[in-house]
Amino acid sequence: MTTNTRETPQGDMVRFGLFTVVILAMPIWLMPFGAAYPDLMQKFAIYGLFAIGFNILFGLTGYLSFGHAAFLGVGSYTAVWSFKLLGMNPIPALLLAVVMSGAFAWLIGFISLRRTGIYFSILTLAFAQMSYNLAYSVLTPITNGETGLRVLNSDPRVLDHMMGAGEVDGPLVTNLFGMEMSGLPGFYFCAVWLLIGMYISFRIFRSPFGLMLRAIKTNQTRLNYTGISTRPYAQTAFVISGMYAGLAGALLCVTDPLAGAERMQWTASGEVVLMTILGGAGTLLGPMLGAGIIKYSENIFSAFNEQALHEIFAFLPDGIEAAVVSVAGLFVGEGWHLTLGLLFMLIVIFLPGGVIEGGQRISAAVTRLRGGGSGGSSTQPQPAE
Amino acid sequence: MGILQVQNVNKSFGGLKALNNVNLDITEGTVHAVIGPNGAGKSTLLNVCVGRLAPDTGTVLFGGKTLTGRAPHEINQMGVARVFQTPEIFTDLSLLDNVMIPTLAVRDGAFKVNAWGRVDGRAEIRDRAEAILENVGLGDKRHHHSGNLSRGDKRRLELAMCLVQKPKLVLLDEPTAGMSRHDTNATIDLLARMKEEHGVTKIIIEHDMHVVFSLADRVTVMAQGTPIVEGTPNEIKGDSRVQEAYLGGAHL
Repeated sequence: MTTNTRETPQGDMVRFGLFTVVILAMPIWLMPFGAAYPDLMQKFAIYGLFAIGFNILFGLTGYLSFGHAAFLGVGSYTAVWSFKLLGMNPIPALLLAVVMSGAFAWLIGFISLRRTGIYFSILTLAFAQMSYNLAYSVLTPITNGETGLRVLNSDPRVLDHMMGAGEVDGPLVTNLFGMEMSGLPGFYFCAVWLLIGMYISFRIFRSPFGLMLRAIKTNQTRLNYTGISTRPYAQTAFVISGMYAGLAGALLCVTDPLAGAERMQWTASGEVVLMTILGGAGTLLGPMLGAGIIKYSENIFSAFNEQALHEIFAFLPDGIEAAVVSVAGLFVGEGWHLTLGLLFMLIVIFLPGGVIEGGQRISAAVTRLRGGGSGGSSTQPQPAE
Repeated sequence: MGILQVQNVNKSFGGLKALNNVNLDITEGTVHAVIGPNGAGKSTLLNVCVGRLAPDTGTVLFGGKTLTGRAPHEINQMGVARVFQTPEIFTDLSLLDNVMIPTLAVRDGAFKVNAWGRVDGRAEIRDRAEAILENVGLGDKRHHHSGNLSRGDKRRLELAMCLVQKPKLVLLDEPTAGMSRHDTNATIDLLARMKEEHGVTKIIIEHDMHVVFSLADRVTVMAQGTPIVEGTPNEIKGDSRVQEAYLGGAHL
C-alpha cells in the first residue's frame, strides 16, 4: 500500500524554484544536445504552456478534449489581429487572445460537457474540425484562408503610430517597448509566461478547486451525492485550459507574426494529448517534459535525410546498407511521425504514467538498492509529482 | 410530523410497478429499517428520496420541503447523505482527501472556485476531517490510497464521508452486504455508536436480520412495492404477514 503524503508549501516553493532555474538556464544546458537555439527553445516554452494547460483539464478531471488546437488557433488569430489593429506590442495581443479563447472555450465547454467519456471527446473534436474548416472557408475575411493571416505595413496599428513607430522598413517584428521579440529575448519572453502558467498550475493542483477536479475524475457519482455540482467545476477547468491554449497560440504569433488555419487541425489537438500522456497526465511536470521530448525529437528526426542516413550506415556492406537505409528512411524526415507513434505506443504499454512514472520507478529502485530492502513498501512515500 | 415524509409515491419501470402508493413517515432521531424480499422496491424508494429517480406521482418532503425534482447535490446540501450498496469513494485519493471533499462541500457549497488557497490551509477543516477518520478507526491510514482499502474499510470511509457533513438524515443501502461476520459486527458497533454520539436519523435497507434487530427502532416491511407492516422490531418478529411475505414462514 502506498502512502500519499501531502506536499508542503515549502516543498512546492523549492520545486517551483528549481523549475524556474532549469527553464531560464535552458540556453546553457541545452547546448550539448544541440538544442540551444532560440527557435526551438521558444517552441519548448510555448508547447509546454499548451500542455500544462491541457493537463489541468485532462490530467485532473479526466475529460479528454480532442479539440484544444481550436483554442490555439483562436489565440493566434486574435494575436495577429491585435498586431494589425493595435500594434506590435505583444502584451495587448496576449491579453486579448486569452480573453477570446476563454470565451470560445466557455461556449464549446458549455455544449460538450453535457456528455462524458468518448462522447465528450468526439464533440470537442467535431468543434475543432468545424473551426478549422470555417477558418478555411466562410471566415476567410477574418483568417485570410490558406494564405494565413499576417501583419502588413498598411495595417492601422494605432498604438504604433501614436508612439511614432508606425513606419518600419523590412519585416514587422513584435517588440516589447522597443525590444524585439525574436531570438533569445523572444525565448525569455515566452519563458516568463511559461513560468507564470506553471505557477498557476501549482496553485490549482494544491487547491480545494484542484481537489474537486481530481474527484471528478475518480467518482462523479460520489461527488454529486456529496453536495457538489460537478458541471461548473468541469466547465471552469475547460475554460482555464482553453485560456492556456489561447496564450500559447498568441505566443506562437509573438515569435512569428503569422497565423494559419493548419494550427487548428486535429493533428495539433492530438499532439498536445500525446505530450501530456507521454510526460505523465495528472502530474505537474509531466506535460512540460512531454512537450520538450516531442518537440526535440521532431527537431532531430525530421532533420535527417537520406544523405545523412547513408553517412551513418556507411560502414555496412553495400547491399545491406541500402536495405537498412530504406527501412530507417521511413522513420525520419517526413516520416518522423512514425517514430513518434512507436515511442507513444511503448510509453502507453510499458509506462502508462508517462516519463514521470518511469522516473519514479527508477528512483524507487535506487532507494531500494541503497536501503538494502529495509523499510518495506508500506512506508514508502510517493515521490513528488 | 416526521423529518422525512414519503407521500403517495408511485414509480413504474415499463409495466413493472416498483413503488405502489408508498407512504412513510420517519421520526427524527430514530433508526428506521426498511426490509423486504428482493424486488420489493426498497432501493427504488431510496433512489427517489435522494433524487436519483423522479417519482411518477407523489412527493417526498424533508423537514417540510419537497425533495422531488431536485438534483442530488441540492438534496445533499439540504442535509441528506447517502451510503451506497457498493462503496462509492474516491479511489485515486488518500483517505484524508476523501473526507476533505465533503468537508469542503459543507463549507463552500455546491460550487466555489477556490484555486488559490491550499486544501489543508485551514486548520479547522483538516482537524475535523482527521477527527472523523479517527472516530471510524481509520486515523492511522489517513495518508493511504483509499483504493487499496478492504471492503469493510471502504464502507467505513464512506460512512465517515457522510458523517463529517453532519447530515440530518443518512440513508444506508445494505451497509453490511457482502461483509464477513466480523466486519458486519464492526459496522453494527460503528452505527450504534454513531447513533449515540450524533443522534442522526437513519434509514437502513438491510437483508441481514441480525443487523436490523441490533440497530432499528422502527421497521417497515415492504413487499411488491408497498409497505405492508410497520412497527418495532419485536412487533415485526411476531407478525404473521411478514413471515408469509418475506420469510416464507420460517421462524426467527
